[in-house]
Amino acid sequence: MSVQSRRPNVLGAVGGFVWLAVIIVPIYYVVITSLRRQEGYFTDNQLLPPSNPTLESYALVLERGFLLYLGNSVIVTVATVAVTVAVSLMAAFVIVRSTRWTARVSFTLLLMGLAIPLQATIVPLFYMLSKAGLYDSLLAIILPSIGFAIPVTVLILVNFVRDIPKELFESMRVDGSGQWRILWSLVFPLARPAIVTVAVYDALTVWNGFLFALVLTQSPENRVLPLSLWTFQGEFNVNVPGIMAAVVLSTLPILALYILGRRQLVSGMTAGFSK
Amino acid sequence: MSVLTRAPETISSPRPLHETAVKGRLKKDEPSSLLLLPALVLYALFVVVPLAVALYLSFTRWDAISDPTWAGFDNWFRILASDSFVNGLMLSVKVVVISWLVQTPISLFIGVFIAGKQRYRAVLATLFFLPLILSSAAVALAFKSILDPNFGLGASLGIPWLRQDWLGDPDLILVIVIFIIAWQFVPFHSLLYQAGVRQIPPSLFEAAELDGANRLQTFVNVTWPQIRNTVVTSSTIMLVGSLTYFDVIFVLTGGVPGFGIRILPVDMYLTGFAANDMGGASVLAMVLVALGLLIASGITSFSGFAKMRSQQEGM
Repeated sequence: MSVQSRRPNVLGAVGGFVWLAVIIVPIYYVVITSLRRQEGYFTDNQLLPPSNPTLESYALVLERGFLLYLGNSVIVTVATVAVTVAVSLMAAFVIVRSTRWTARVSFTLLLMGLAIPLQATIVPLFYMLSKAGLYDSLLAIILPSIGFAIPVTVLILVNFVRDIPKELFESMRVDGSGQWRILWSLVFPLARPAIVTVAVYDALTVWNGFLFALVLTQSPENRVLPLSLWTFQGEFNVNVPGIMAAVVLSTLPILALYILGRRQLVSGMTAGFSK
Repeated sequence: MSVLTRAPETISSPRPLHETAVKGRLKKDEPSSLLLLPALVLYALFVVVPLAVALYLSFTRWDAISDPTWAGFDNWFRILASDSFVNGLMLSVKVVVISWLVQTPISLFIGVFIAGKQRYRAVLATLFFLPLILSSAAVALAFKSILDPNFGLGASLGIPWLRQDWLGDPDLILVIVIFIIAWQFVPFHSLLYQAGVRQIPPSLFEAAELDGANRLQTFVNVTWPQIRNTVVTSSTIMLVGSLTYFDVIFVLTGGVPGFGIRILPVDMYLTGFAANDMGGASVLAMVLVALGLLIASGITSFSGFAKMRSQQEGM
């Protein structure tokens, strides 16, 4: 793109800043509204920062079980990502290194999963998990989240493990290493960048997941953050600063992850699709 | 294939011992297919089996409490002939097509823009990306309070145009939902286009400049042919994404979406979990799967033509 940099692109810049406004105004609104007092929030000019900002809405959200929901979200996300990455790495290893038909057929089957919308599975999952006695548990969110995260995770890891030089595998085998040893001391360390990328991507998806939680859980003890936003809305009713504070609080952990791992997140987003 | 590759080794047993040993070990030491099992089992149980169960449930009457009872094709005839399905299908087509038409040019524009190496563009790109980390519930709640006709931004700023019943009017909510879909997903598609544009060899742009091409000519003759595959990928994800859009609509309408925005996935949820007609909801789930696969395979075969043409055309 060196060519473009030599000519100022006025149209591009104007368009870019217009889109920036479209993106930023709602986010800005959420943040400043969360700092307003509930009384009189409506009479202020809502686009100006509050004259007497307060954290009282944040205190209110924290009182209403926010930490419990945060903990649930952490459990669901960590469990889903850990299992997904572990089983997908094993699968990717076999898919890349095995010449057996089972590996090829499995890969094709897994790739077909990319085209299955998770919305279409909520009724049967509700049926199956109720039958299994798992309805209204964190496991009811974790298990299908793993299932739906596996295809894209395997795809990204396969693309990466394929680039590990064959000679490394062969020299380890000559040394007499078994498959677990190769997986652990060769594939795992060399695939680490891809693992981080895909873990961040999966974590974002699961952290923000709403539908499984809505359909497969019910009680407050098993509530995760996105669902808690929905219930806060019911409880707080017209307390808009309160709802906005809940929105900000639920986003903070993922914002931290974004700041720490932006590069991984961005490459995770495109890695699975733009090959 | 596996038979063919294994055969020479069994035949080669009379060879010198060390050679056979090495060859035999190479084959035998391939990772065992058992390592595939955990991923396959989890995927099968929670992605594939549910599809089969949905198909089964679509032939049953089930109110979510008692046991399902066989109903034959009743649900299928009833749902496919219902006004709410026809309405949902029409709305879904509208949402899918319009949001593709809205998102594609914006994503392309932003993607090409942030593919530039200028520092300020990189900073903007970081900000453009923010909507992607927000949950749908958070996005829906933000827009719900911004658009509230009595307490929202329009009322507060005293701008009559902004103070409409955005979420209550069936035509307006369609506009709003399409806008929010774009707000949420243009960042992702811009990323795809950015990656696509950055893969184009710089020599092509240099050649275009030497030929005196203006920006539009460069885009039409260099950038566009080079990112055809990205357009296909992005379009597939966009179309299937808006076909299955649910979370934002559900939260935005407080869980009671009107017929103005009851697109298929919303119709499916309400049929199943609000009206307790799980058989009917399963029919709608199968329709969703079929439409999703239709879009995905339709685009892939259509784009087969595009892939036959060289990406390096004109080099």
